Amino acid sequence: MATIQRNMSLTGDASNQLNAFQKIGTAIGLGGIVLLIFSLFKDFQDKVLWLSIALIAITGGILLFAKGLYSNKLEGIKNHGVWFKSISSRGFWGWVAGISLTGFYVILYFYEGLLGANPNGNTGLIGLFDPLSKFLSGNPASQWFVYGTLYTVAILAFGIKFIWKYKHNRYEQLRTVSVMFFQTAFAFIIPELMARLNSDTFSLPYNDLKNMWPLNYYAFDGWRVDQFINAGNIGLAFLIFGILTVFVISPFLTYKYGKRWYCSWVCGCGGLAETAGDSFRQLSDKSVFAWKVERWVIHSVLVFSVVMTTAVISTYLGYDSEKYWLTKDKFLIGVALFLGLLFAIIWYFKKEELKKDARYGAIGYLVIVIALIGIHYFSGTANNKIFIFEAVGLRSFYGFLIGSIFSGVIGTGFYPILGNRVWCRMGCPMAGILGLQQRLFSKFRITTNGGQCISCGNCSTYCEMGIDVRSYAQKGENIVRASCVGCGICSAVCPRGVLKLENGPLEGRIDGNQILLGNDVDLMDLINKS
Amino acid sequence: MEHIVIIGNGISGVTAARHIRKLSDKKITIVSAETDYFFSRTALMYVYMGHMKFEHTQPYENWFWKKNRIELKKGYVQSIENKNKTLHFSDGETLNYDKLIIATGSKPNKFGWPGQDLEGVMGMYHKQDLENLEKYAPNNKFCKRAVIVGGGLIGIELAEMLSSRGIPVTFLVRETSFWNGVLPEGESQMINRHIKNHHIDLRLSTNLKEIKADEAGKVNSIIIQETGEEIACDVVGLTAGVSPNIDFIKDSEIEIGRGVKVNRYLETNIPDVYAIGDCAEQHEAIGQRRPIEAVWYTGRMMGETLAQTICGNRIQYKPGHWFNSAKFFDIEYQTYGWVFSKPRENEAHFHWKHTDDTKCITVCYDTKTNEFLGINTFGIRMRHDVFDKWLTEKRNVDFVMQNLSKANFDPEFYKHYEQDILNTFNKNFIIA
Ligand SMILES: Cc1cc2nc3c(=O)[nH]c(=O)nc-3n(C[C@H](O)[C@H](O)[C@H](O)COP(=O)(O)OP(=O)(O)OC[C@H]3O[C@@H](n4cnc5c(N)ncnc54)[C@H](O)[C@@H]3O)c2cc1C
Ligand code: SF4
Ligand code: SF4
Repeated sequence: MATIQRNMSLTGDASNQLNAFQKIGTAIGLGGIVLLIFSLFKDFQDKVLWLSIALIAITGGILLFAKGLYSNKLEGIKNHGVWFKSISSRGFWGWVAGISLTGFYVILYFYEGLLGANPNGNTGLIGLFDPLSKFLSGNPASQWFVYGTLYTVAILAFGIKFIWKYKHNRYEQLRTVSVMFFQTAFAFIIPELMARLNSDTFSLPYNDLKNMWPLNYYAFDGWRVDQFINAGNIGLAFLIFGILTVFVISPFLTYKYGKRWYCSWVCGCGGLAETAGDSFRQLSDKSVFAWKVERWVIHSVLVFSVVMTTAVISTYLGYDSEKYWLTKDKFLIGVALFLGLLFAIIWYFKKEELKKDARYGAIGYLVIVIALIGIHYFSGTANNKIFIFEAVGLRSFYGFLIGSIFSGVIGTGFYPILGNRVWCRMGCPMAGILGLQQRLFSKFRITTNGGQCISCGNCSTYCEMGIDVRSYAQKGENIVRASCVGCGICSAVCPRGVLKLENGPLEGRIDGNQILLGNDVDLMDLINKS
Repeated sequence: MEHIVIIGNGISGVTAARHIRKLSDKKITIVSAETDYFFSRTALMYVYMGHMKFEHTQPYENWFWKKNRIELKKGYVQSIENKNKTLHFSDGETLNYDKLIIATGSKPNKFGWPGQDLEGVMGMYHKQDLENLEKYAPNNKFCKRAVIVGGGLIGIELAEMLSSRGIPVTFLVRETSFWNGVLPEGESQMINRHIKNHHIDLRLSTNLKEIKADEAGKVNSIIIQETGEEIACDVVGLTAGVSPNIDFIKDSEIEIGRGVKVNRYLETNIPDVYAIGDCAEQHEAIGQRRPIEAVWYTGRMMGETLAQTICGNRIQYKPGHWFNSAKFFDIEYQTYGWVFSKPRENEAHFHWKHTDDTKCITVCYDTKTNEFLGINTFGIRMRHDVFDKWLTEKRNVDFVMQNLSKANFDPEFYKHYEQDILNTFNKNFIIA
């Protein structure tokens, strides 16, 4: 996708011009994209051949480009000219890439017909992907299959580029191999193969096992749950696994390793951001203002998604009550009790850390409880309304606003403008939950190395989550932030070896120092103790 | 309300201001001729290399100063009148103070080379130097070659900067090996090789004779002292060290040597006038330290200390164990405690180097007591707090070598070398 890596430096700086490998790579990669665009207007005869050529050209182009960029360089940080290249500094090519990507997403989500989607036989781009789709799942392609394929190709090709860039850094390499694996196997191939098992008598929902609620906002939709239950023991196992990941496995892993185990080792959105989006990480906004906006937006989305899911579940529990052992009222009371208990526990153990944030937490909790009561009283079985919205309407509104516009159009389309993790930072409810836990109950932190920080700002600049890492490092304070996805780049780019991602004891995890290590020991005692 | 005026918005002046604000309600004004806002001088190189924009080097957002009631004034202080506590600016303005902190930092050394003031000849210290470099060395079409004179930390940074834009660099180093007045031989040699691997034309034991100009008065070549060789170039970087930036003080009653003379309380000979950071010179060196310490960390520590004194808790500047760090192209360097380039009396060095020639350590210890005295580490990150503790506890070298993995600060999943280091250490000891 974003293979457009041309350069229009402000100073006309010769060193930032593309070398031969990069030029050829760009040409071949763009050639592959042109082939795909071409297929929109004219159906190819030999689809297998032309699709293979296009995908190989895109992959090969990216790899050649990367070879030109990194192959004859010594191991080290490769950020020369990042702010001179127009693609990576919101220049002309940045905007071109941003607008093209956004356009692509708009068509993908809302005008799939333009891509050739047709229930009576696909044509155009989607038709081009039919053979591959039939080979994997036995079904014709859809726009989502096309998207999934390109997405996987992007993660794989840019993943290799990223590994090349960080050839000296094992942490970066391992986590990239991990996202490449999870994307290819869990998000792409396994669901397609699962679809193959489906028949008239047996059907499982397409299932990306690692895609948990609430990132997967339809995880507990009625039709999915029904399908799982109808599929017998296997289906039930999947359903139970889904619930376990949300309530047991994920909290446990987040406690041990922080939210990074998901956000930068497993997740597909994170995977794309870290690979194809790597060139844009420096564009995230680091201001305190942006941080405030972030906290309001992401937690509102979280509250919204909890309410929405509860409403959807309670609806089908309501009108299909004889099918499930759980009744709607029991469910609502259960949710309220669970959240109440959760909030009480947090309040009891973490009052100190929370301070002002506790108020916002309380507000969020209050909103949810009122919504639950609303669902109970106002949603008669006749019309299934929550206040004025229908639950299903609420769901599709959420799906439209959060699932499509936010995560797709803005989240990825705006990579070259707002940075590669806007969605993860501002919109992802999953990141919201993991973040709360990371802040409050986790062993993960970024340790700062005594007094070694020179306040240079590399860490903050390259933090894709817009965390002002320097503001902690120069105070000798560990970084324990809800939003940190543990990408490790701040640590990599620090020229003085100040930052280390670690899992350690909870005690003293957040302590800061007024006077940094290296000064008079008596003064340090005097100031830091008081 | 007492008015504290600070000349210089570098790390030392700004640290002092921040801590005074934390401790008191005094009126604070910071004066600088260089920039409107505090920026990190150590990060200047990354702006030229395109890793960051200039605004990224500013550690605080612009609203920070107003919110903390720290007034900022841009202007060049021409003279200080101590009697009526007045500063005179170059534009004729004046400013009164109750207490004055001089934190004016350094300026690049020039040793009277012929042609040292030509166009295209520059130091690398102030933001203006960066702008100059951008003007004379925007790319390798405009600047066909640059010559750097002086092999210290700033010189190697300048070499990295220029080479990041593909500009060929000739690097003149007076010493027989890079920075070997500070680094032990093995380390210094390793860095020589690393510099050359980055295609820098490194000339050791080489001095500058003169800089020559074209008709327009812009540099077009330099002559080497030893060989008389002429090297054509468009830019000359002078990075032969720095010295305190205190010319404007010469006519006042404030006592100066190479820097502004201060006692352990950072007080000058004039009441209510203090000096901190690069420009301060201790009457007597503290421990093994130099009387003038021109590094970031000491500037910060002096700022932290002086804020106490100014706010009524008069305390001495009493720095803890020495530490420092730098980066030579791709190789990070950290040091804790004292490792001198050659072992002094009753000292010995243990040196270990990895076969890939980018990682090594040197440990210094006392041959009589076996006490651990310090470590230099290249390409392996180590923990400040652990070494600080070991130095305070006066651990012996065997303990340190055996527990080295506790000090490791490399990112997760990195290869560890402690076992290899320990094996080498044990082998050396048996032979010795
Ligand atoms: C390129 C470079 C890289 C460096 N890297 C490192 C490093 O990695 N680690 C490290 O420890 N140290 C490093 N240093 C050294 C470190 O930056 C200095 O020790 C530190 O910045 C000194 O801080 P200071 O506050 O004493 O003075 P400065 O930062 O020099 O600030 C003094 C300010 O006062 C202003 N001023 C001076 N005279 C007047 C006047 N008469 N009127 C008004 N304003 C005036 C100056 O313009 C300047 O803005 C580096 C220095 C340079 C140049
Ligand atoms: S703080 Fe560091 S590890 Fe965390 S998201 Fe930012 S750059 Fe990545
Ligand atoms: S990159 Fe390292 S030295 Fe620079 S500000 Fe961040 S922590 Fe400090």
